Order: sequence, then structure tokens, then C-alpha cells
Amino acid sequence: MSGEVAAEIRTAHVLELAASGKRLDGRGADDYRTVSVEPGFIATADGSALVRLGDTVVAAGVKLELGKPFPDTPNAGVLTTNAELVPLSSPTFEPGPPQPGAIEVSRVVDRAIRAAEAIDLTRLCVTPGEKTWVCYVDVHVLDHSGNLIDAAMLAGVSALAHATVPAKRFGVAEADYALDVQHLPVECTFVRLGDTIVVDPTFDEEQAAQGRLTIATDELGRVVAMQKGLVGAFSPDDVRSLVARALAHGDRLRAAARGGAA
Amino acid sequence: MSQGHRSGHRHRGRGETSPPPSRERTLVLPGEELPGQGLKPGAGTYRVGGKVYASVLGLLAPKPPFLTVIPLSGRYIPKAGDTVIGVVTDCQTTFWLLDIAAPRWAPLHVTGSPWKVEVGETDQYLRVGDAVVVRVESLEATGRIGVTMLGDGLGKLEGGTIVSVSPARIPRVVGRNGSMVGSITAHTGAEIAVGQNGRIWVGGSPEAIHRTREALRMIDEQGQHRGLTARVESYLTSTDRAGDRGPERAPIESAHRDAIPHELPPLPDVSPDEADGAGPDDSAEY
Amino acid sequence: MGSVGAKDVPVLLTPEGRRIDGRKLDELRPIRIQAGPLHQADGSAFVEWGANKVMAAVYGPREVHPRHLQQNNKAVIQCRYNMAAFSVDERKRPGLDRRSQEISKVIAEAFESVVFAEEYPRTSIDVYIEVLQANAGTRCAGLVAASVALADAGIPMVDLLPAVAVGKVAGQIALDLKKEEDNFGEADLPMALVPQSGRLVLLQMEGHMTPEELSRALDLGVAGCTVIYGKMKQALRDRYATTELAGGAA
Repeated sequence: MSGEVAAEIRTAHVLELAASGKRLDGRGADDYRTVSVEPGFIATADGSALVRLGDTVVAAGVKLELGKPFPDTPNAGVLTTNAELVPLSSPTFEPGPPQPGAIEVSRVVDRAIRAAEAIDLTRLCVTPGEKTWVCYVDVHVLDHSGNLIDAAMLAGVSALAHATVPAKRFGVAEADYALDVQHLPVECTFVRLGDTIVVDPTFDEEQAAQGRLTIATDELGRVVAMQKGLVGAFSPDDVRSLVARALAHGDRLRAAARGGAA
Repeated sequence: MSQGHRSGHRHRGRGETSPPPSRERTLVLPGEELPGQGLKPGAGTYRVGGKVYASVLGLLAPKPPFLTVIPLSGRYIPKAGDTVIGVVTDCQTTFWLLDIAAPRWAPLHVTGSPWKVEVGETDQYLRVGDAVVVRVESLEATGRIGVTMLGDGLGKLEGGTIVSVSPARIPRVVGRNGSMVGSITAHTGAEIAVGQNGRIWVGGSPEAIHRTREALRMIDEQGQHRGLTARVESYLTSTDRAGDRGPERAPIESAHRDAIPHELPPLPDVSPDEADGAGPDDSAEY
Repeated sequence: MGSVGAKDVPVLLTPEGRRIDGRKLDELRPIRIQAGPLHQADGSAFVEWGANKVMAAVYGPREVHPRHLQQNNKAVIQCRYNMAAFSVDERKRPGLDRRSQEISKVIAEAFESVVFAEEYPRTSIDVYIEVLQANAGTRCAGLVAASVALADAGIPMVDLLPAVAVGKVAGQIALDLKKEEDNFGEADLPMALVPQSGRLVLLQMEGHMTPEELSRALDLGVAGCTVIYGKMKQALRDRYATTELAGGAA
């Protein structure tokens, strides 16, 4: 239970450990927690995944519906990503309208999916200017033990990779077909703890963090999105070395997104 | 809590257990009618008609003339005399508010501190995020929890870290006559102060703290399983190395060293009846 | 609620008295309850009930937010029943709609009827229910999950609260409707029972029933609750049964 206000000596201890190359849970600076992905967890969704990242648990569901394209992109489908940081998942979350933290998770995940062109939006269009598939990626946080961005991304992209377009149900084709996912972006998040930068922070490490950097990469080795968060700073050299680390973790995370355990 | 070292016979009410005899206890759930005719409803029970039922999930503990249920889960429920570890959440003009993992935040008035604090200068002494060892002094009907920092072993914590476990696990953390906590400190060389509220201060080298944290995690997660002591002992033995025993400790500022209780002070001995909190007034009628 | 496409009423009851999924009229869907799956909450439970998947968590008793809801003589019980956007066939907009708010209210009141809230004045006991996959009966599944989560959180209460909906399909009173039966059936009557007292603390009804049918529906619901009560207790026993105390045989 981590309902308490962060005790200064706890965050100081996290930093002290980092200074000697150690972490609270015994991991090394570049060790990612155990990741598991359970695709198809939600039968009411067109695609879904339950992701466990250590003690962090996140569910994502993809829904496809027919709608109208935006007037300025008549040939493109519509993609919407939303993350719910519900109060069930953490004593630090409150009921009510989405807080900035939830909106940040939504937008960072959305940006990576969009920039990597995970889905070719033009292929979602049914009748230009008239009818298109609207693809919703909804992420629901269930247990918040740190690094929600990576978990949300992994759940979202895994749900997309396992999604079926309900074309028959909506009467626009003879049969349903698999959603075409052309690229698989994943996020990899780091936090600074003193002079050390560790990957995949736990809740306690996020409390002690002096800056957070999230780097999204795809299977082609491209960097497709980044987000620096929390109070703190990174040097250009930090960023360069973290990109290399993010790419290395990316392959393993992508394998998890496609299949099951990593 | 470490006072188990000296006293094997204390009786406590809801939220805490005294080390009981080595025997199986019956798990009961809310709403279950309890056996034990002639016994009065105590903590964790209620009476309807002539029957007594459990109101919490816990272990059945007949303590004649009362029938009580010892909770196995839930937040820390404070009791006068408990020594607990709190974290400052707010500094007001004449008091600090402490999160002691209880249902309510506990005010620590400046008169309960060892300092002469001018009005409005509370944050010169304790700031938000500081950790302290305090004793629960009073519990009011309003739910207000009065705490004090005046007493042996009480004070601000410096260095080390805090590990949280379920408050229901504290008797296991301590072990019979302090055997568990004694074993952990002997193996790891860590200093340990156990709060009744499930917060445990651990000081020492990073390695000592890490091993202690792992042992505490085992107790927290497996505290309800048989053979726990052997498993913890096995973990500690398997991670023993020559340098881990002995005084290889992180330097702690000597000025604060006295404030760090190796063992939190014992609870005052109380008569079984009042300690049980098991008077008829304690039970609820539905 | 219905899916796009054919709206033909399915055969809800065969001449042999079998329902759309092969159940008899007095038969429950399969139910699996797990106590304590979450790490952050003070208590939690996950319930899979037919094709429903519902997670519940309890935080508290803790300080009340917002402060003006604080009650001087007891804990306030706040409930939030929420459906995930992907939990139903047609995507649901995130956030609490009027239905969710009403369900949250009646569930909170059901728990207020059994929790010994006066033991924790000026505090809040927060009950969160997240429906991840819905197939009729989610308020009952949510209530059952929340009740197990409350026990897991050590909250004192009169009893666990089993709940189930009884309905009317093809003119017959039937236990625990699934989605097609709910959509095309003639009545729906969710209820929650306090087994210790035999009283109902949640009761809603929609549809058409004669007083005689209603009477039978109540009996059937109470019988269903009794079965569910056993499963709730078993889930808690599975989590806590191997308990031994400090200084025990270990």
C-alpha cells in the first residue's frame, strides 16, 4: 500500500541507492520489469490487451465505428486515443474530470501511434468525404505501480495489433478482417535519479525522479515521439544515449506487444 | 513490534494481535455466526438477538468473557500507547499534521514536540515529507488522533528508509519474543524500528537495507503461510556474506543517532479487559 | 445496447425449458471471484460472471475529499460505478453518465446499510467499481466485487452483500439474465441481500410482472444470492485461509 505522502527519507534512499548503481527492487539501471501481455482480454472490444508491467496493470480496448471523416482530411480515417487514470488504480488519483496527468498519457501514446503511422488512416476510409472507420483506443489503468506511459502504449498498440475491423457487422463488407497495423511503436521511459538514469521507473522512483524522458521508437529503428516530463533536465548527450537504450528495449517490448510474454 | 522481546503476554484490541499460543485459529468472515455460547461480543463482532456475529474478516479469538475477532487486513486502526511512524503532510501555526496510515491524519501539537516552537514557525522544525516516530496518546470520539513526540525513542527519523507492510503483519515481523526482527538484524546488520502502523524504519548499508526489505516483503506477502520463518531464515542465510554482518553501516549523523530507536519502546502493560477494547460498548448492535 | 444488424428476437426459451445459453430457469451463469488482485488499493476483488468482467477496489477509511462531505458521526461511503469505454458493444463515452451515477448512489446506500460506519467518524470509505466487459447484470457483479473488496479491506460490516438480477423471459421467471435475455426479456429485477438478516438493501425493477410473479422472483433471487454468497466467502477463504499468527508453528 503506498497511500502515504512520500517520505523524504524514502526518496532520499532511492537516490542514495542509485548513486551506488542499485535500485529498490534490486534491478540494474537498464533492467526493465517483467512484461506480460494478454491479447483479447475484453470480448466486447474489437481488439484488446491486458498488460502487466511489474505490479502495474493496464487494460486497453480498441473500438471501430463508422463515422464521417473530418472535412480537411476527407480521405482519412479518424483515430482517437484516451487514457483513464481511474481512482480505483491509485490512492493518488481522484474522481472527476481527467487530470493533466491522464491527458498527458493519452496524448503521448496518441502521438506515437500517429507519428509512427501504426495505422494507415487512409485505409480506414470507406467512402471519401462520407464514411470512414473511427478507431478508438481506450486505455484503462487498473493498478498504478509506476511507468503508466509505457504500459498504456504497450496495451494500446497490442490491442491494435490484435484488432478486427467489424465490417460485416456494420454492413460494409462480406466479412470482418484484421486491422492492418503497419508499424509497431512502443514507448520506453527513463527517469533521472541523481547522476544515474534508470529505465522503467516504479512509483517510488517516479516520486524521487529528477526528470523523466519517454522515447517512442518503431521496428524500423526510427524515433517517432518523445516527451520530457517532471521537474528536471537532460543533456543532449543524455538524450543520445537514452535513444540507444530505448531502441534496445523496443525490440523486446514489440515482441511482447505482438505475442505474449517478453 | 520489538517489545515482544520482553513480554510475551499482552492483550490488544482491534488492529493488533498479541503473540498467541501456537495453534490454529478459525478464519471468520463478516456475517458469520460465532460459536461460544455465553461469551459477550467483543472487538470485531456484533450481536443481534442472542447471537454474536463477526463484523470483520479475521481470526476468531475467544478471550472470556469476550468473543473477539482479530482482523487480518485493513488500514492501521490506532490505539492509545501505540508507537507509530508518521510522515508530515502539513505544517500549521501550532501543529503538524501526520499521516500515520490511519483513517485520519493525526495532529502533533507543538507542545508534544521537544522544541520551543514559536507560533507560525512549525516548518522550521519539521517539514512536509519528514518522517517521525510518535506515540498515540489519545483517541477522541470525533476520530481525532492525538500523538506526541515526547518520550524515549520518539523523534525525527534521519537516514535509512521506510518499508511498509500490512499492519496485520506486524506481529509476524516481530516474531515470537522478537525472534523474527532479531534474526533479520543479526543476519543483515541493519537497524530496525517497527511501528505498529505497518511502517518499519530500516537503517544501515544499502545492502543491509535491501536484504531487510526483501525479508519484510516475504513476511508481508507470505505472512499467512506456514513455514514462513524457515523461508525467511533460508533467504537470509543464503544471502549472508562475510562483510554483511558487523558494523558496516552507512554513516548516520551522530546528533540524530539517539533519535533512531533500535527498538521502539514497549507498550505500557494494560489489563486484558481494557486492552481488548472488548467491553459491551465496543460491540455494535445492528 | 443491441448490436448493429439483425434485431430479430432470438429464441429465449426452448420447449424443453432451456435458455439461450442452455441454462435452466433457476441456473446462474458461471461465476469466478478473486479477492485482492490489486496492489495499490486497501482491498480489491475481480469478478468474472458470465461474460461480465468487473474490478472493484476499496480505499479507506481515509480523510474525506471533498471536505464538505465529511460527516461528524460516521464515515461517508462514496461509490463510483464506472463503465470502461470498451466494455459494451457500442463504445461508451468515458465518464459517468446518469445511469452510472444512479447505480453509484444505490450501491453506496446498499453498503451504508451494512457497514458499521459510525466506527470511523469524519472519514471516507471509497468504493470504486470498474466494469471492463459488460453483459447484463453489471451492477450486481459490481456490488459483489465491491463487497468482497470491502471485506478484503478489513471494513467492519454486518455481512457480505450477495446480489443477483431476476427477470422474465418468454413469460417465465428466470435467474441471472444475460444480455440477450435482458434486451428482449419482459422484466429485470436486480437485488442485493443481507444473508444475516434476510433483508434486501438494493432493489430495483423494470418491466412487467404480476404480484405472483414478483413473489416468485424474490424467492428465486434470494436463492441465487445464497449461492453467490458461498462463492464470495470461498474467494476470501482462498486468500486468507492459510493464516497463522505470530509465533505460530512456523
